[in-house]
Amino acid sequence: MSAEGLSVRLRQKSPIALDCALECAPGELLALVGPSGSGKTTVLRCIAGLERPLAGKITCAGNTWLDKNVAWPAQSRRVGMVFQGYSLLPHLTAQDNVALALGQLPRAERRKAAEDWLARVHLHGLGKRRPGELSGGQQQRVALARALARAIGAQPTVLLLDEPFSAVDQVTRGKLQQELARLRRELAIPIVLVTHDLDEARMLADRMVLLHHGVSLQSGPPEEIMTRPGNAAIARLIGLSNLFEGTVGGRAGDDVISLEWQGQQLEVAGNQDAAPGSRVSWVIPPEGVRLHRRGRAYPSEGRNQVTGRIEDRLVLGPFTHVTLRPAVGGGPFAFSLPSHIARQDDVTPGAAATVTLLPQAIHLMPWEG
Amino acid sequence: MDWAALSLSLKLAGLTTALLVPLAVLLARPLAWSRFAGKTLLEALVTLPLVLPPTVLGYYLLTAFSGHAPIGQAYLALTGRTLVFSFDGLLAASLIFNLPFAVQPIQRAFDAIPRAAREAAWCCGLSSWQTLWRVELPLAWPGLLSAIVLTFAHTLGEFGVVLMVGGNISGDTRTVAIAIYDRVQAFDEHGAAMMSALLVAISFAAIGAFHLLTRRIGQHER
Repeated sequence: MSAEGLSVRLRQKSPIALDCALECAPGELLALVGPSGSGKTTVLRCIAGLERPLAGKITCAGNTWLDKNVAWPAQSRRVGMVFQGYSLLPHLTAQDNVALALGQLPRAERRKAAEDWLARVHLHGLGKRRPGELSGGQQQRVALARALARAIGAQPTVLLLDEPFSAVDQVTRGKLQQELARLRRELAIPIVLVTHDLDEARMLADRMVLLHHGVSLQSGPPEEIMTRPGNAAIARLIGLSNLFEGTVGGRAGDDVISLEWQGQQLEVAGNQDAAPGSRVSWVIPPEGVRLHRRGRAYPSEGRNQVTGRIEDRLVLGPFTHVTLRPAVGGGPFAFSLPSHIARQDDVTPGAAATVTLLPQAIHLMPWEG
Repeated sequence: MDWAALSLSLKLAGLTTALLVPLAVLLARPLAWSRFAGKTLLEALVTLPLVLPPTVLGYYLLTAFSGHAPIGQAYLALTGRTLVFSFDGLLAASLIFNLPFAVQPIQRAFDAIPRAAREAAWCCGLSSWQTLWRVELPLAWPGLLSAIVLTFAHTLGEFGVVLMVGGNISGDTRTVAIAIYDRVQAFDEHGAAMMSALLVAISFAAIGAFHLLTRRIGQHER
């Protein structure tokens, strides 16, 4: 971790329990993800200096903001913060809202600099409007411009985004998300994004930290957390559905071990350091469950095949969500497939079906006894 | 028409408003946003002049201001002037009995400012003082205006406390409200009617101006 990035450790029992550690390098976008009430906004406010934890250490851009006997006020930290609901000042124009964050410049240059920032978030020519005269998406852009103006001053610090897309409609949200994804490539500062939306984190973040009851449970690239959660509790927290239990068998080949589940032997590929004979929880993402198409051979030679009956089918536009109840008991397995295939193959509740579980998609976790 | 009384009333109302409103801002801010020991007591004290009979408040102020009481003595020692039956005493009493009229509207206005607005200002690097000038006061402006109008109008109209503390000394402590009472006592119905009508006109103009201004602010915000 370079001294230029952001490093945060927080620990307290009350008023909100916190036990949280996170790092964010310059140019990196870190998503702080958790259900509502998980303390993610509190963590962000601690970084901004709006709240002071009982114990902890925060360093950013080579400065120590918080430590024993050290607590910089929000004014000195120079963070750029986009508040949930934006907190634009209603009596100031968009331009003046941004200029407010440019106090380090001579008074005469602030207007021009503010206009430049507004242009960067595609709000050219709207600087004279007040927040009440702007749409939700435009207000969000003003808030982003204000935060950037503050964070990228004489000494760049950190950009903090608190649920920045939650107050706009879906179309605008998609547009703003794309804009942020594009803009962040030009920014060489750490960016921390608070969201409860896993898809958003997956789309925008390089890494994410999963927060629950104020405790950081796991951090890593979103893809890794979604497919390789640290334990069953994390798997449940992020809403993974195909969660089962089994017993580790012996080595079945190079980098392959066997897993006993409902009396059936499954092959698990990948670097799984599970001890033979141990109970494990295991999870397989829906993408790892492959339905055998009607009248077509599936080249898996019978390995990892599970047969059963379709239990439920839910058509959600172009994709159809299907659950399969295995004949051997346990389950069900959830997966999805293009709706036209579900129609062609007549995937309806009660129909017999076979799926293959991709050996490399199965992820083993310590058994929670 | 007692012009001396009118000019004294206007001077008293103007000075009271000019001194009390900044004081009320300092008082209302912690009352709206902070928790501290004795907050409820302070709020009750600020509200008390609203419910006390003016004569009761006037009696206690007269007692406290007199040359036998510490406050009166201290003022005499400091300035060489007495507080009772003087304009100074009238102004001091006016500051006290107007407290609720100045503090309450401002406190309500500060209450209505979202905490996030101030936090946004802090995150932009504004000090507490800059936040007051550039964020809090502009947002609390209707409350401030309301405090100014209420304090001004209420000082013009106050009778009981002014009579108790100031007496009725022409050119020194005789305000319009007291002059009207005098005119009625002296069966000068025409004088009383003139001055009463003038007070109504001034108060009406003040309230009217307040409504116009707040409506214009409302249009700006939208």
